[in-house]
Amino acid sequence: MSVENVNLTIDGRAVQAAVGTNLIEAARLAGIEIPHFCYHPKLAIAGNCRMCLVEVGLPQLGPDRKPVLDAQGQPRVNFGPKLIIACNTTVSEGMVVLTRTPRVIKARRGVMEFLLINHPLDCPICDQAGECRLQELAVDYGQGCSRFVEEKEHKPKRVVLNEKITLDDERCILCSRCIRFMRDVAGQDCLGFVKRGSRSTLASYPGREPATNYDLNIVDLCPVGALTSTDFRFRQRVWFLKETASICPHCATGCNTTIWSREGVVYRQTPRDNAAINQCWMCDYGRLNYKFINDPDRLTAPQLGRQDATWADAIAHVAERLAAVRAAGSKIAGLGSACATTEELFLFAKLFQALESGLLDSVPRTDIADNFLLNADRNPNMRGAQLAGVAANPPGSRIAEIAAGIERGEIKALLVLGEDAVAAGLRAELLAKLDLLVVLDILPGATTDAAHVVLPGVSFAEKGGTFINAKGRVQKINPALAAPGQARPEWEILRNLLAAVSKAWKKPAPDFPSLGKVFAALADETPALKGWTWEDIGSEGRDL
Amino acid sequence: MKVRRPKLTLLDRLYLPQILAGMWRTLKHIPRKKFTRQYPEEKFKLLGKYRGAPTLVRNQAGQVKCVSCQLCEFVCPPKAIRVLPGRRDDSAPAEARIEKEPEDFIIDMTRCIYCGQCEEVCPEQAIFLKQDFAVTGYKRSELEFHKDKLLELGGIHDDPICKWKKK
Ligand code: SF4
Ligand code: SF4
Ligand code: SF4
Ligand code: SF4
Ligand code: FES
Repeated sequence: MSVENVNLTIDGRAVQAAVGTNLIEAARLAGIEIPHFCYHPKLAIAGNCRMCLVEVGLPQLGPDRKPVLDAQGQPRVNFGPKLIIACNTTVSEGMVVLTRTPRVIKARRGVMEFLLINHPLDCPICDQAGECRLQELAVDYGQGCSRFVEEKEHKPKRVVLNEKITLDDERCILCSRCIRFMRDVAGQDCLGFVKRGSRSTLASYPGREPATNYDLNIVDLCPVGALTSTDFRFRQRVWFLKETASICPHCATGCNTTIWSREGVVYRQTPRDNAAINQCWMCDYGRLNYKFINDPDRLTAPQLGRQDATWADAIAHVAERLAAVRAAGSKIAGLGSACATTEELFLFAKLFQALESGLLDSVPRTDIADNFLLNADRNPNMRGAQLAGVAANPPGSRIAEIAAGIERGEIKALLVLGEDAVAAGLRAELLAKLDLLVVLDILPGATTDAAHVVLPGVSFAEKGGTFINAKGRVQKINPALAAPGQARPEWEILRNLLAAVSKAWKKPAPDFPSLGKVFAALADETPALKGWTWEDIGSEGRDL
Repeated sequence: MKVRRPKLTLLDRLYLPQILAGMWRTLKHIPRKKFTRQYPEEKFKLLGKYRGAPTLVRNQAGQVKCVSCQLCEFVCPPKAIRVLPGRRDDSAPAEARIEKEPEDFIIDMTRCIYCGQCEEVCPEQAIFLKQDFAVTGYKRSELEFHKDKLLELGGIHDDPICKWKKK
């Protein structure tokens, strides 16, 4: 599909933009920022904040519909008497846009003054401070002191919009982004303005508060601190938070996210733009599902039979016991979670190659999908588990076989990577029959309780790696925090285990000094990833 | 190197004149005004602008003025301040609109350099440097001042603006 381009000039810079592009986006192409509040690239245009006013001139056309040239041979441009809003004006051939003239600046200053008339002096307690468009533009176009001597309009504060969102109406600048999102994107037309003039107030329809799985996106959309996430409210100022690009690990969509953390504590997650996956949204289920990272019960030291042990002892013990199980002629099985990264699953599969066993599977996790982002497959990396050869086809179909093998006493050792084997159908009585149960996990549970060896791994926020989403997009996660205590990223544990097992089996051990090297080996052995390098996967991922 | 001994005169060798001169100097000071101070029992008189240890203050209504905006924590050059933000009890009507108050506010006095940046940056006029400059203790943990201690040291600030009343 070819897109027709038009030529225009913005502040003297020649710009080429596709027909239908609005002036805010066209200016962005030229590296010029037109200040705006109500416009959002993914929402319908409302044109109500008037912050984006610019001067627009069009070439004068003669009777032959050709531009009229002036004495210098340049097209003659006619400017309109009034400023017009950039967000609702599309580009046209020969258009001339001026965004920094005294008239425009004066208009912006006027708009800012009106917006600030009733705005409370809340910045010190407002969660938005530091990432607030109103603060930023007030620095550029504000007056410094107010000419308003009348009593400020007071509106409701701390309105509980629903269990996830707290609304402060005094801070609202009536941009209607939230209304448009709920109506057009989330599909629940529930927000609106009540009252008129300076008393206009954002409210939800009585008895019909936002109740979708996407409500918290309006907190991100709100350019000011009117809509705040109850979960994040008053917990930390944004300027202390470190941003780490990550991927949501709670379903196979793999929404791109940013993890906001400070000194080892995660405070919130927000969506990160990726036009191919999640646009700029994410679901609330994934967004709020991060508390387990800072769970006080996290496993922090390797355990040998309930006693804390050193890593060297634990790894040596596992290799030795596995050799003993093999020597006795029994089988070894494995459960590799599809929540693990592809590199970990690859190393897990390699470990089983070294152990000469193919009894591997992943646990499928399905739930209801919605028709927007949330996928029915709640594993973030089932594609990766299949690619690495850990998951059976269909996933989970060998679990019964493994259970039966344990029941019959053929399987005497089980390695579990980040999975609750008990919940997956390997009952505690079955696990008790094993000679060796090794569990790599981050939180204690029924399976770690039954384990002979517990190896503490880390959460998705504490390690690097890749997930492959349902559509086959390979995306990277990055470590935001340090691992707690002695816990180690699973790929390091599996690498060390692989080296120890290879030594015990007198086989050459592959050497993986870094995650990039693991990925290189994975790419080398996987036809779908042939020729890929770790660097090839950018921040937005890459399709298989 | 060899140090040459000075040649002493008879007067020098007599020793007595030097002792007497010294004693005379001391005796001369006895009737004069004393300027020795019994520090630390007796404190110095400091100028009004002197910057000592930072403290937290309450407003005239007895409310904690700090809203835990954490700007002082951000600005403090030696990173002496640590604020744990918290919410204010919603049931109290007079302060209902302030909403935020620190759960704890810790200043590590072993780190504080009395620079006054925190007082300067505070948007609520909630932190003031008082004149105490000799903060001592037997343990490091004693020098970690928490919210209660800081409020006790700070007392009431007679702020004419009374921001909370106008909210
Ligand atoms: S919305 Fe922005 S300008 Fe208004 S109080 Fe919050 S941070 Fe300040
Ligand atoms: S609550 Fe926020 S997003 Fe909604 S209209 Fe007000 S300022 Fe705009
Ligand atoms: S006086 Fe200076 S060093 Fe001391 S707490 Fe305040 S900002 Fe920090
Ligand atoms: S003392 Fe002032 S600057 Fe520091 S957190 Fe409290 S209100 Fe903010
Ligand atoms: S951004 Fe154009 S009117 Fe609001």
